[in-house]
Amino acid sequence: MSDIENKGNEGERELSKKERMAIPRTPMPEQEPKQRAGNFEEVTMGYSDEKAITEASRCLQCKKPKCVAGCPVGIDIPAFIDAIAKQDPAAAIAKLKETTSFPAVCGRVCPQEEQCEKVCIVGKKHEPVAIGRLERYAADWEAAQGEAAKPEIATGKGKRVGIVGSGPAGLTCAGELAKEGYQVVIYEALHKPGGVLSYGIPEFRLPKDIVYRECEYVESLGAEIKLDYVIGKTMTIDEMMDDGHDAVFLANGAGLPVFMNIPGENLNGVFSANEFLTRANLMKAFRFPEYDTPIKVGKKVAVVGGGNVAMDAARTALRLGADVHLIYRRSREEMPARDEEIHHAEEEGIQFHLLTNPTQIIGDNEGWVEEIEVIEMELGEPDASGRRRPVPVEGSESRIPIDVVIISVGTRSNPILTQATPDMELNKWGNIVADPDTLATSKEGVFAGGDIVTGAATVIQAMGAGKVGARSIDRFLRGLPLKPEPEEEGAEAEGAAAK
Amino acid sequence: MYKILEKVDYSDDTYMQVIEAPAVARTAQAGQFLIVKLHEEGERIPLTIADFDRDRGTVTIVVQAIGKTTRELQTYAAGTSLSNVIGPLGLPSEIENHGTVICAGGGVGVAPVFPIARELKKAGNKVISIVAARTKSLLLWEDRMKEVSDEVIVTTDDGSCGRECLVTEPIKEMCEEGDVSLVYAIGPAIMMKFCCKTTEPFGVKTIVSLNSIMVDGTGMCGACRVSVGGETKFVCVEGPEFDGHQVDFDLLMSRQRQYLEQEKIAYDYYLECRGDKACLT
Repeated sequence: MSDIENKGNEGERELSKKERMAIPRTPMPEQEPKQRAGNFEEVTMGYSDEKAITEASRCLQCKKPKCVAGCPVGIDIPAFIDAIAKQDPAAAIAKLKETTSFPAVCGRVCPQEEQCEKVCIVGKKHEPVAIGRLERYAADWEAAQGEAAKPEIATGKGKRVGIVGSGPAGLTCAGELAKEGYQVVIYEALHKPGGVLSYGIPEFRLPKDIVYRECEYVESLGAEIKLDYVIGKTMTIDEMMDDGHDAVFLANGAGLPVFMNIPGENLNGVFSANEFLTRANLMKAFRFPEYDTPIKVGKKVAVVGGGNVAMDAARTALRLGADVHLIYRRSREEMPARDEEIHHAEEEGIQFHLLTNPTQIIGDNEGWVEEIEVIEMELGEPDASGRRRPVPVEGSESRIPIDVVIISVGTRSNPILTQATPDMELNKWGNIVADPDTLATSKEGVFAGGDIVTGAATVIQAMGAGKVGARSIDRFLRGLPLKPEPEEEGAEAEGAAAK
Repeated sequence: MYKILEKVDYSDDTYMQVIEAPAVARTAQAGQFLIVKLHEEGERIPLTIADFDRDRGTVTIVVQAIGKTTRELQTYAAGTSLSNVIGPLGLPSEIENHGTVICAGGGVGVAPVFPIARELKKAGNKVISIVAARTKSLLLWEDRMKEVSDEVIVTTDDGSCGRECLVTEPIKEMCEEGDVSLVYAIGPAIMMKFCCKTTEPFGVKTIVSLNSIMVDGTGMCGACRVSVGGETKFVCVEGPEFDGHQVDFDLLMSRQRQYLEQEKIAYDYYLECRGDKACLT
């Protein structure tokens, strides 16, 4: 390892393309699986300066980079990596912040392997440049310096924008609009800001200090965050418009947990992943009784589902001391979770029951979970999603003794906001209908983005939607058509890249 | 922060607090609830709105101290503040002129019945209220109920005040006499269950307000799910009021007991460490 680092550190002369390609991808230091399974500290520990510089020197600085187009917000990736390679992390973070407000978050939770890193030219023959890890390095470097550098804030526009939800879409939109000189107020239903970053993603994957720091950054740009404010209850959208908001961005997230509709689901000891994670993350139940909120894990936990949320729930239950069994109806290839998360879960000792589906949950006389009945599945013809449809194997039922079951099979839209806004157009799943290019809803001056529009998706997609929403709101408030005219295209090119 | 403006102890373990929360009071309606969190380490607990004053910007809660948080809340005097008050949550009561309506409240359940009775009275109903408790010292808000009812019946299980009977007895009598269009029954799950059993044979619609365990109270976690008419419902966004004849009360009661063990741990820990964070280490 050390000689490779030396090679990267030479810095005296420009490395040739061949030399750059010869450097292997720099691994991220991690806590040992056994050790981390017993704590809530962050799993990955970040690059040292040396490792970051080595990894950055693997970037070919392509003339026509593919990675930029692979990024949902269009970060100038070669430029920020070049700055790291030249040992100038300040320039790297400045470059990142031209496009993303939250590099410390994106660097940790973006599925880079499906985005920028998937199309990295180095990755064609070798492993791609570790773009996400380098992004995190630059962000963490800045955090270690103390106060974050602030971008220039335009002079006040005298217009007020209300943003519903302080998750990734809402925070991004707020940050962009505050920079443009709008007066921004974010309304958050919970008692802490951050949305899914705060209640959903566990501490060991995204420390809450980082989330709160990013929220403070948005506040430092001039945005106000009002907590304990449930739009649709405490105030309706119409009341927001009457109350001096010139435009509104709805980013209230995916909402209601979905259950499987199998017998026994309302037994004690059956939880939605949302409940389990909210107790652990937002309410800090892992520190009960120092914190008041309790959490039940028992000795043996079944987690049903194969997404990132299922992995988060499983790994949280493991850290609370349980023996964890993950039950997923398709095979590993079809799991929607990130590779890295699946890999970490396996390393930590989560037991996977693939091609297996629960059929019922059996309780004891006191109404507590005792067993889960599962059936084996096989993959049939591809379904609408293009993935092969799992079909039950008749007569293959078996039972697993279990103390707690966590259901993580998705979410549907939360009705609170839409019940209170009967004139807003919704699709058949109850998601808000928004123009795909402008995010305009059926209500004048109201825009919507993130999971409330798309259904559950990724943090970076929500951030992308926040940017588009901000651009549309800016145009709306300046009296411009929401879609740029063809002659404006040049001037708007930078904004468009954000899509 | 949300300041407590008034606090009145009704008994050793029942109390009222008037809390300053103008944004909540502005849109509060009868039948809705709040989520309250005392401090940074606190849990979020649902409490039904017992009254609200939009001009003053206040909401009122009446609480029975049973768990760690409700006991700790009882120590919060006027002038102290709560870290979070969120609401108004849940669907408001559907208020219309039904004719004659019985509004029955058991124990602290009388308090959430009060604003509903008031609205029903305003809407032109004949309101007959039942203020019920185990014993005299646990009776509350009889005077307030009188202000908004055509008639108030007081019952205690031990006969220490009013009629010596369960809340269900006058309900049964009135149903037998006929002319009851609707019953509201709010109180402990067991009381609501038996009120529903009483009215069911007469086919008198009975609305109950369910008090299940919640975390966020905004539809996100599903902890509050109950079975109504064989379907799973979320109390926080589809309730808290439901047609009592459709509710599976045994499931509700079983789910309410889910954290009894932890409640005890939390309370013991609280007593040991009350106000002294140093004991955490």
